[in-house]
Amino acid sequence: MADFTHSFWNLFVIIGTVVSVLACGVFLFFLSRTKIQFKEGKVETTGHVWDENLAEYNNPLPRWWMILFYITIVFAIVYLVLFPGLGDAKGSLSWSSTGQYDKEVAAAHAKFGPIYAKYAATPIEEVAKDEAALKIGQRIFVNNCAQCHGTDARGGKGFPNLTDADWLYGGDGAAIKTGILEGRMGMMPPMADAVGGPAGVENVANYVLSLSGSPHDSVKAALGKEQFAACAACHGEDGKGMTALGAPNLTDKVWLYGGSIATISETINKGRGGVMPAWKDILGEERSHLVSAYVYSLSNK
Amino acid sequence: MTTGPGNTPGGPSGGAPVSGAVVEQTVLLYAPGKKIYAKATKGYFNNWRWVFVFLTQALYYLTPWVQWNGRQAVLFDLEARRFYIFDLMLVPQDFIYLTGLLLISALGLFLFTAIAGRLFCGYACPQTVYTEIFMQVERWIEGDRHVRMRRDREKSLSARLPLKLSKWFVWALIALWTGFTFGGYFTPIDQLGMGVLAGTLGFWQSFWILFYAFFTMMQAGFMREQVCKYMCPYARFQSAMFDRDTLIVSYDTERGEPRGKRAKHIDPKSVGKGDCIDCGVCVEVCPTGIDIRDGLQYECIGCGLCADACNTIMDRMGTPRGLVRYATLNSLEHRLTEKEVRQHFFRPRVLIYGTILLTVTIAILTSLAMRTPLKVNVIRDRGALAREVEGQYIENTYRLQINNTSDRPHRFVVVPHGINHLKADGDTRFTVEAGAVSTAIVSVQLPLADAERMSRGSHKIELEVRSEDDRALTVTEKAAFFLPR
Repeated sequence: MADFTHSFWNLFVIIGTVVSVLACGVFLFFLSRTKIQFKEGKVETTGHVWDENLAEYNNPLPRWWMILFYITIVFAIVYLVLFPGLGDAKGSLSWSSTGQYDKEVAAAHAKFGPIYAKYAATPIEEVAKDEAALKIGQRIFVNNCAQCHGTDARGGKGFPNLTDADWLYGGDGAAIKTGILEGRMGMMPPMADAVGGPAGVENVANYVLSLSGSPHDSVKAALGKEQFAACAACHGEDGKGMTALGAPNLTDKVWLYGGSIATISETINKGRGGVMPAWKDILGEERSHLVSAYVYSLSNK
Repeated sequence: MTTGPGNTPGGPSGGAPVSGAVVEQTVLLYAPGKKIYAKATKGYFNNWRWVFVFLTQALYYLTPWVQWNGRQAVLFDLEARRFYIFDLMLVPQDFIYLTGLLLISALGLFLFTAIAGRLFCGYACPQTVYTEIFMQVERWIEGDRHVRMRRDREKSLSARLPLKLSKWFVWALIALWTGFTFGGYFTPIDQLGMGVLAGTLGFWQSFWILFYAFFTMMQAGFMREQVCKYMCPYARFQSAMFDRDTLIVSYDTERGEPRGKRAKHIDPKSVGKGDCIDCGVCVEVCPTGIDIRDGLQYECIGCGLCADACNTIMDRMGTPRGLVRYATLNSLEHRLTEKEVRQHFFRPRVLIYGTILLTVTIAILTSLAMRTPLKVNVIRDRGALAREVEGQYIENTYRLQINNTSDRPHRFVVVPHGINHLKADGDTRFTVEAGAVSTAIVSVQLPLADAERMSRGSHKIELEVRSEDDRALTVTEKAAFFLPR
């Protein structure tokens, strides 16, 4: 331990412990009997007088009770031999709290490992039909994913709804699992300059709304069609998006950040950045597989 | 209570002090054990003690074998956290009933102690009951008090060993069966029995059987009155519930003194003596080894055996019974008649203890009878307060932990209340197996048109979970519905 740069504190603890344990035994032995001045006609006291005339009746402990004290001393010695306690001694059992934790984790792995392994060997689309697997998946989802996506997986502003058929990066099992394991970085740069300033933003926003048949200003939308070319690099000429980049489909009525003219204008002006963290290190391969199956099942009932 | 020097075990270990002179002396601050050889006795109170031995032990040993609706009637399944008591199935959330049970036990102890002292200690406490059983075994094998004392005094250890070993063997059998029965309250006892026969018990099952057996043997065989004197807290605080009208085992000093030997069938007064002939039988039969003639002592467990023993002697001497009897301090002091003692029975202390006990018992039984075997916890989604379903609804999501604590599976439906037009989205029916906990995720929606008329922020709603097949099985939990700003 870094605190113990030399053996002083180590010795300090060892000597303190050993002396205390031994002293308990010595005191116990010598103080279990006492000499008193005994006067006939008076009751027996412990012989200790305070404040001139206060004395205590001798109400002796039963002997077995005192033997219990000796047993605690024996227990202390056995304990100090078996377990860490004397300075930095490890104890003959080499027990440690981290060791015990590791053991319990290993036991849990041994117990649940085969179950996870069985599912991990099955394609996600198949696992999604297994009731028991979905229950496990749901539990993992609620504990880890629900903070952002909601317990019902319907997301919220900036967090995709996982129960619909609209997928930014593709909705097959493999794409979902990649998203969970590696995370996703959705990046839309500010496009106000590229589409020609504030007027351009308004036109493009109206054009985007027109793609999904939402209420819009058709004159502005017509003007915006041309400027949309700047967006087409990611969202495609037809605005149907590109799953390779995670660029959303603009022709449906699913909006990640909101579908009002104000929100869409804000998106074009400022850009958007969405992050899904990587869960590989937290969930691991096998549990990610089960969550993937659960998520897959939500939009493929 | 008197705890004068006459009652303290282990007097000065040195020589007797010289009269008047100051002597120096070594005293032990611990007391070596003094073995008590309790003598067998017959009589009214002894019979009652055996009635209670049989009642309590029949209850204890037989209960785990009772079957009920295809399972063990009383089973505390710790691993599954389910306590079965006949038709009842209790889960950890019902822990309050354990508090209730303890409350009833404590108040019961108060009441009985106020009426007749340490009745529980003398008749029903497991420590007393097992000691009684073990002492009886001891008498069967080793003989009564005088036989045992003589053998222990005169024979060498090796000569006594065969009898001691057979006694310990029988004790061990009783203790092991007691431990096994104890295990049977936590593991189905037929399975436990098979496990013992096949040698397939788990570590903890074996541990608890042996642990309980060891302590039964230890406490009833060897520690005995030491447990009552030094370990048991109730023994000490019960005296706080005594008053001058509490029936306690008492020696009638006025009638008995001056004690002394005399001829049978004469009037003791004619020889200037009291009724007590100082035969010492009351001391010989006492399981805690005290002399009841010294008055009320903390060691006295109120078993009444000294009264039985004394009555036998009084019958033989031709003097009336009851020199040692259950009597109140008031009745001894003021020589009350039995009628007067009975009048003192209904005094405020007894009435108050009785009323509280009755009230608490009724309250707990009512609550137990009316409890709904369904627990629901509503956890609102924290990450997302509310969301708008495009152009239609404001939606809030809740996670419900539905705990079906009944013994049948049920199909539950979740219905939101509290705001007009509030509805749950989709299918909100969930089947929960008997005794299982299920997570139900429910999205509750409010049409935008309604939401726009209401203030922003949090609104109180209620989520009703009711069983489709049993209308009585309904729980309503409070929740909050958020409207985004």
